[in-house]
Amino acid sequence: MARAALLRRLTWQLGSVIELVGETPRVKSIVLEVPDWPGHRAGQHVDVRLTAEDGYQAQRSYSIASAPEDVNVVLTVERLEDGEVSAYLVDELRPGDGLELRGPIGGYFVWSELLGGPLFLLAGGSGIVPLRSILRHRAAIGSAVPVRLLYSARSLEEVIYRDELNGQAVLDGVDICFTLTREWPEAWRGFRRRIDEEMLEEVSWLPEEQPLVYICGPTPFVEVAASALVELGHDPGRVRTERFGPTGG
Amino acid sequence: MEALDGNAIAGLLLDVFGAEMTTASGTCGNCGAAGLIAEAVVYVQAPGTVLRCRSCGSLLIVLVTIRGCTCVDMRGLSALESVAVSTDDA
Repeated sequence: MARAALLRRLTWQLGSVIELVGETPRVKSIVLEVPDWPGHRAGQHVDVRLTAEDGYQAQRSYSIASAPEDVNVVLTVERLEDGEVSAYLVDELRPGDGLELRGPIGGYFVWSELLGGPLFLLAGGSGIVPLRSILRHRAAIGSAVPVRLLYSARSLEEVIYRDELNGQAVLDGVDICFTLTREWPEAWRGFRRRIDEEMLEEVSWLPEEQPLVYICGPTPFVEVAASALVELGHDPGRVRTERFGPTGG
Repeated sequence: MEALDGNAIAGLLLDVFGAEMTTASGTCGNCGAAGLIAEAVVYVQAPGTVLRCRSCGSLLIVLVTIRGCTCVDMRGLSALESVAVSTDDA
């Protein structure tokens, strides 16, 4: 069985768009029905392929936003400047359309309860997507693993899943902090700067508590966060990272 | 051009190797550092896909796809091992 799974080839399948949810002005969630979806683990992603009428194909990798327990597969996509794939997904896709995808993919940036915690999740911008899957999974299975999330966004308007995260924050064992890097409301009580070592020291678990850390965001965000945590004494072996960039368009 | 990491090409590697490779460990033929493929520095818009060592920056793997055929150059690796990383409970 394990052997068969190991030799599994990825096959493209057609998902059908059920709903599109506007999350922020530049970000949409695509709710998909995928008939033969084999199930996934929180944190995994899929490859999406678009084919033009002339046969030209473009392929990108997107994190899965839904929990394994959710009925549908949800992708959350940010429209990037000049992003040929993301612009189509955010602006052109409609309910009823088909979307070619393959997955789930990736065995590294995943969390399951067996791995334990405490969890420290760090998101930069749309890096929140796979971490949202982890948070939803944790809630769905009733896990008691304590979790802290630090989410960096440019402005409150650009915070993805804001209502859902506020809902998560009242659950036992969940702490959520935001930092806004460009604009903030006058009465904003969260952080007002880019992440730095001082902020991480204030928000993170102590190194002695041996948190399992997941960092996802643009490459510079991930580099700063990962090196600051290691500097603070966290075990690099318990820090998992996933970087994305404009090349993900 | 901004560097990504091995997570971004998990699908491509699965295509080529027939197995999940981001949890495999690669040893750099130049500096000897061993690291997970997920953590390698990856450029996806070079001619082809390029993986570099996170410790010394040396070339580890180059993958080039031409007319549906993917050529893999792994001369930069001294070892590539599929290790049981604790991430994989499937």
